This record gives sequence, C-alpha cells and structure tokens, in this order.
Amino acid sequence: MKFIRSAHPMFFIIPILLIVAYIVGITQSGAMPVVLWTDALVYLLVFAIAVFIAYASRKEHMSDPWRQVFQHRFGMVALVVLSFYVVIGLLDSVHFRLQLADENTQIQEQVNYSGDVLSVLDVLVTPIREQEEKTYSAPFATHLFAKETIEQEDGSRVREYPRLQYGGAHLQDTEADWLSDILKHVLQGSAIGFVFWIVLAIAIVIMIAMHRRASVFEITKLVAGNKTAVPWRLVLITLLIMSALIATIIVLAPKYHIFGTDKVGQDVFYQSLKSIRTGLVIGTLTTLIMLPFAVMLGIMAGYLKGWVDDIIQYLYTTLSSIPGVLLIAAAVLMMQVYMANHPEMFATDAERADIRLFFLCIILGITSWTGLCRMLRGETLKLREVDYVQASQAFGVSNFKIIWRHIQPNVMHIVLIAVVLDFSGLVLAEAVLSYVGVGVDPSMHSWGNMINGARLEMAREPLVWWSLLAAFIFMFALVLAANLFSDAVRDAFDPRIRKQ
Amino acid sequence: MLNYIIRRLFYAIPILIGVNLITFMLFFVVNTPDDMAHMHLGMKRVTPEAVEQWKVERGYDKPMVFNSEASGTDKFTETIFFENSVRLFAFDFGESDEGRDIKYDISQRMWPSLAIALPVFVLGLLANITFALIVAFFRATYIDVWGVFICVILMSISGLFYIIGGQFLIGKLLHLVPISGYDTGANAAKFLILPIVISIIAGIGSGTRWYRTIFLEEISKDYVRTARAKGLPENIVLFKHVLKNGLIPILTGAVVVLPLLFMGSLIMESFFGIPGLGSYTIDAIQSQDFAIVRSMVFLGSVLYIIGLILTDISYTLVDPRVRLR
Repeated sequence: MKFIRSAHPMFFIIPILLIVAYIVGITQSGAMPVVLWTDALVYLLVFAIAVFIAYASRKEHMSDPWRQVFQHRFGMVALVVLSFYVVIGLLDSVHFRLQLADENTQIQEQVNYSGDVLSVLDVLVTPIREQEEKTYSAPFATHLFAKETIEQEDGSRVREYPRLQYGGAHLQDTEADWLSDILKHVLQGSAIGFVFWIVLAIAIVIMIAMHRRASVFEITKLVAGNKTAVPWRLVLITLLIMSALIATIIVLAPKYHIFGTDKVGQDVFYQSLKSIRTGLVIGTLTTLIMLPFAVMLGIMAGYLKGWVDDIIQYLYTTLSSIPGVLLIAAAVLMMQVYMANHPEMFATDAERADIRLFFLCIILGITSWTGLCRMLRGETLKLREVDYVQASQAFGVSNFKIIWRHIQPNVMHIVLIAVVLDFSGLVLAEAVLSYVGVGVDPSMHSWGNMINGARLEMAREPLVWWSLLAAFIFMFALVLAANLFSDAVRDAFDPRIRKQ
Repeated sequence: MLNYIIRRLFYAIPILIGVNLITFMLFFVVNTPDDMAHMHLGMKRVTPEAVEQWKVERGYDKPMVFNSEASGTDKFTETIFFENSVRLFAFDFGESDEGRDIKYDISQRMWPSLAIALPVFVLGLLANITFALIVAFFRATYIDVWGVFICVILMSISGLFYIIGGQFLIGKLLHLVPISGYDTGANAAKFLILPIVISIIAGIGSGTRWYRTIFLEEISKDYVRTARAKGLPENIVLFKHVLKNGLIPILTGAVVVLPLLFMGSLIMESFFGIPGLGSYTIDAIQSQDFAIVRSMVFLGSVLYIIGLILTDISYTLVDPRVRLR
C-alpha cells in the first residue's frame, strides 16, 4: 500500500485516460478490436516499465543513477528522439478491424469485418496510406519514374512520363509551380511547428516552475542560460528541430511522396513509419522474453552452486556454442515449415506475420540470454561470499528472501545495462536477418525488407535510391539515439565508470 | 599442458551431444519429415507416393530413434537420428537434399571464405588497435570525445549500408574494381579488395571503442604510474608499456574467432558473389536445404569450441600467471 500512496498521480491518470479513450473509440467506430500477440506483450512491457519507474523512483540506489542519466547531454537528446519513435510504435500497436459497409450484410443483421487489420497510426496517416501510385516515383516527384505510352486527346500516342495520381496532383503547371509550392509548404509547416513548440516550451517551463516552486521568469532565465541540472535548453532545441521537421512533414506528406514510392506504388515514407514498430518490437520484446530466464538462471547458478550450477552452465555453453545466425536460421526455417503446414491457425495475414515476428523475438531471445546469464552468475558468485549475505544465511533467512533482498538489488545495474545495450544490436540484426531470408514476414513492413527490396533494384539505371535512403535515415536515427542513450545509462549505472 | 588439452577435448563431447540434440529436435521433431517433404514438393496436389519417394531418397523414411524391425545394432543405426545426427561426430556430413556431397563442398568452399576472413581479421585488428591507441593517447581532449562520437556514429550504421554504399561508390561510380564475382588464383585479388575494405571499415567503430576502453583500463594501472614517475615520456609509456600489456586481452579475446574464420561471413559473401561457406549457408537457407544447414550448425559449434580451447591455451602462453592444470 505504501507503493500506491507514494506513486505519482500521473501513473494512474494516464493509463485510465488511455483505457477510456480506447473503449470510446471502439464503441463509437464499431470496429472489432484485434489484440495481436506482440500487442499484448507491448502492453505488458509498458506496464512493466511503469511499475519499474514507480519502484525505481522510491529506491535511492536506482533513482540516483537515473538522475545522472537525465543530466547527461547526449543522453537527454537521445531520449527525446527515442520518445518520438516510441509514440509512433505505441500508436501502431493498437489494432482493430473495421466494419465492412456492405448493404447485404446489414439485411442479414450480421456484421462483417474487413480482412485488413489496421492500427491507430494507419488511421492517422490515412492519406499517405491510401495514395498509391502505379510504380516507382522519386521523392517529391510529380511524374512517374518510368515512361509509358499515353494516348492523347487527338488519338496520337506519345511515350513520356505520366503525371502521378496523387504526388503533386494539386499543381497546374508542374515545372513552374513545383519548387515554389514545396517551399511554401515547408515555410507553412515550419511556422506551425514553431507555434506548437512555443506552446510546448511554455508548458515545460511552467511545469518546472511548479515543481521547484519558483517563478516562471526565474526558470526561463535559468533554462535560457543553460543553468539547469537537466539540460533543458538542449532538450528544447531538440524539440524545436523535431517539431519543425514533423510539422513540415505533416503538411507535405499528403501532397507529395516525400520519400517517393516503391515498385507497387506504395508510399515509402508510410513504409518507414510502419517499420518503426517492427524495429522497436524486436529490440524490446526479445529482451523482455529472455530477461526472466537470464536473471533467474544466472542468479540461481551463482547462488545455489553445485549441480544446479552445472546444469545451467551446460545449458548456456551448449546454446552459445552454436553460431547465432545459424541457430536463428535453423529455428526460423523450421517455424516456416510448421506455419506452412498449419495455415488454419491464423485468421488474417497480419496475425500470421505477427506470430512470425513473435517467434523471431523468442528465437533471438534464446540466442541472446546466455551472455547476460553468464555475467549474472559471475556477479552472484562474488556477492554470495559478501558478509551481509553470509550473516543472513547464518540467521536462517530463506534463500529466496536473500536473493530478493540482497542479491537482486546488487545485480540490477548489470541487467539494466545489458537491456539497453542489446537494443540497438537487435534493431540492426533485424535488417540482416531479413536480408538472409530468416527475418520478419516478407509482408510485414520492416527496414530489413525495405533494404532487401531496394537492393534488387540497384542495377537499375538511373538508380532507385529512395527506399534505401528512407530506411537508412530512420534506422540510423533510432540506433544512434539508442546507442547514445545506452552510453548515458552505462555511465550512470556501471560502478567501475562511476568511480572514475 | 597436453593433459589439459585432452581433458578440454573430452569436456567438448557433452556440449557437442547437446548441440546435436538441439538440431535433431529442431529439424525432425518440431516438423516431421512428412512436413518437410510437403514444403519441398509444394503444399498442394502432392501424391503420398511422391512424399514417400522424397523421404526414401534422403533416408528420412526410417524410424526416429529406434528401429524395432531391424536386428542387432541396426536397431539403433538404421534410424534418422543415427544416420543424420550421430554420424556428424565423425564429420560425415552425408549428402545435401539435392544429392551433393556436403563434405566435398565444404572442403572446396572453405578457401574463398578464408581468403576474405583472414585479411579482414588481421588488417581489421591492426586498424582498430592503431585508432584505439591514437584516441587513448589524446584521452580527455576533444580528439578523444569526437573520436568516440564518430565511433558511435559508425556503429549505428547497419552493415548492409556499408556494403551497398561501398559497392555503389567504388564499383559503380568509380569503376575501380568489379562489383561482385570470384576467380581462382591471383586473379581473385581484384574481387577480394572491395569486400575486405568494406568489412574493415564496418568494424572500425565498435572495434576502436572497445579497444580504447581496454587501453584506458590499462593506463590506470600502477605500473604505468611507476613508468611515468621514472620520468619516461608519455609516448614511450603508451607504445612500450601500455600497448604490450593491452595486447594481452585484445589478442586472447580475438583468438576465439580464429577457427570461425573458416565459416566466412554470411552477408559479405552473398553480396559479393564469393563462393565461400557463408554464401553456401545462405543458399541452403534460401533453398531450404536442411541437410546443409544441419551440417553447418554442427561445424560452427565444433569450430567455436576449438576457439574456446585455443583461447585458454593462449592465456597461458602470454600470461605466465595463468596456470592450466
């Protein structure tokens, strides 16, 4: 009960608001909610993180290093960028199937649902999701990438680049208006972003002022002079750049294909947005799945020693001696065979792709828990000889209680560092695995699949480069932010670095 | 010493048995040979005879682990488990699902893999150590801060982009070397340069950062302070004392991958069309040739375990404080 009283009220207000919004949304639209396997785990993960934050904020040995993370300059910038990805990923994790507006079904008083599983993100970006061209078109192009034979009004035929159906369709004279129109939109978007940022900045300053019980003017002076412990000025600059960028994109995206279109005419920017969830799911759920095993087995091996230790050591030595890619490949191949032989298990394509993603996370988890387990075993071996553990044993405290009260808090930093460090590696691994053919389902949007598709077009003249560029930018920003953030976390939590 | 090596080799046996059991479970228990036959022959309109024939050709028609119809030791040897898993211990890989001799293929394809992996290993190690020393020499200055930042940036780029970018820049724009392919003998060099250079560049970020921390840890030790107290200049301290001692963890850490160099790199080889073991594995994965994947899993584990033993031995060679009993 102490926990509930001490937790910040936001912890209860935000989830309740979200659940209410979800129920209202579902009942109003008449859609059928679909909770995919990975969705459920994402919700679980969000819940786990909320509990962890509530727990860590009460424990000094946890909250002090976190305070240091928030004061880390690169760390904070990375956190702002990461939170943008997380928001997109979460919006893309609420799925439903829309009701089919078919007259026949209404007579039978039976509701049919569309076979397409949509997410909240899909609904928010409906224009760019539905504006499909015929085939390739370059970023901001008004014409298709390939020449076609077009029949003109007088009956003659010419071979030229046809106009795009949606990209720049509002332009009368494409050559004269194109550049000025784009610039106009960029200016408009930046202005909107700037206004939004000002509101945001004022809100942040007021919040800091309320928290510190100081005047708003005072805080503004501190922030502007970069005299706050948390680098708020840097955070606000990052937010300014990001909100200008995002607002510009929001203004431009419905009118142009800002990253072009792919072979079947789908907007590449939309694909990149959808890939965010795939990347995040692989980076986080893999760890979530393997964490309980790694922590439990690692601590048990180190604490109990004897035959338990022998078995656990044998287990992880065997698993880690198989080269990771090969084990993943073998397991995914077998899963493919299994899924091909049991098509009846999956109601929609999205569910099938999702199960495959889920399995991929499990398989990646199986190959990646061994390192953490070995580290935890080593640390626990040292800890169990420490005086206070010996004293507890002499007092007859149960093993479980000793592990929970004395061992676990002392190895938590290792777990946390490992989790954050693993993330970027897993995001990068997804691209490679998809290239090898043992990654996510080919129908699922992912950066690996985007690269794979674009690679086959490398021989084209002129080059189709925009899918690669989009995948590169989105992946690079996420992985770089994750790397910088994990460095900040490691600097704050690793006792060896802290001492220096 | 010899005693120790022999004992370590015996320790490897239960691990290899474990690896074998895992692959057996994955390949034959999760999916029955019938499932695999269906996968290969197409899902629909497959006659039971065709499935049966597919299984007979590959020896998958036998019972799993115990043949009650056979007599004597055949009760155990005339089974899928013995034919496909136990025989791996004698490095008898059998035939691929296409009917080719896997052992012969491996012996042929090992060398192109090694031709890339060995130069990448040696030159990459040299490059990483050099950069790490430079950064460590300028520690706590702007060169250090920016060097580490550049390393993080290099680490954040997917390996696929290094390959695609390198192929595009050097092969397609500058026409310096062919984009992909392979040749025998000395002619292979022009095909090998690009993948080697790209592999080294792709590894510089993480390598330099990792070795930098090793050197910095070494610098904070007592003997370095003593050396400085004797009045030695900083560059002699760094290049004579720190470099030599820092090489111990670096080299012993690198030994573990030595045997695995034979396996080659999966993506490098398939991007550059080099007929090594890496592209062999990728082809097998994409054509779902389970016999080859199974053999490669086993081979990879054997090489990894050899690498672990070599690591332990190398510790005794470079560090006289470590004694193997």
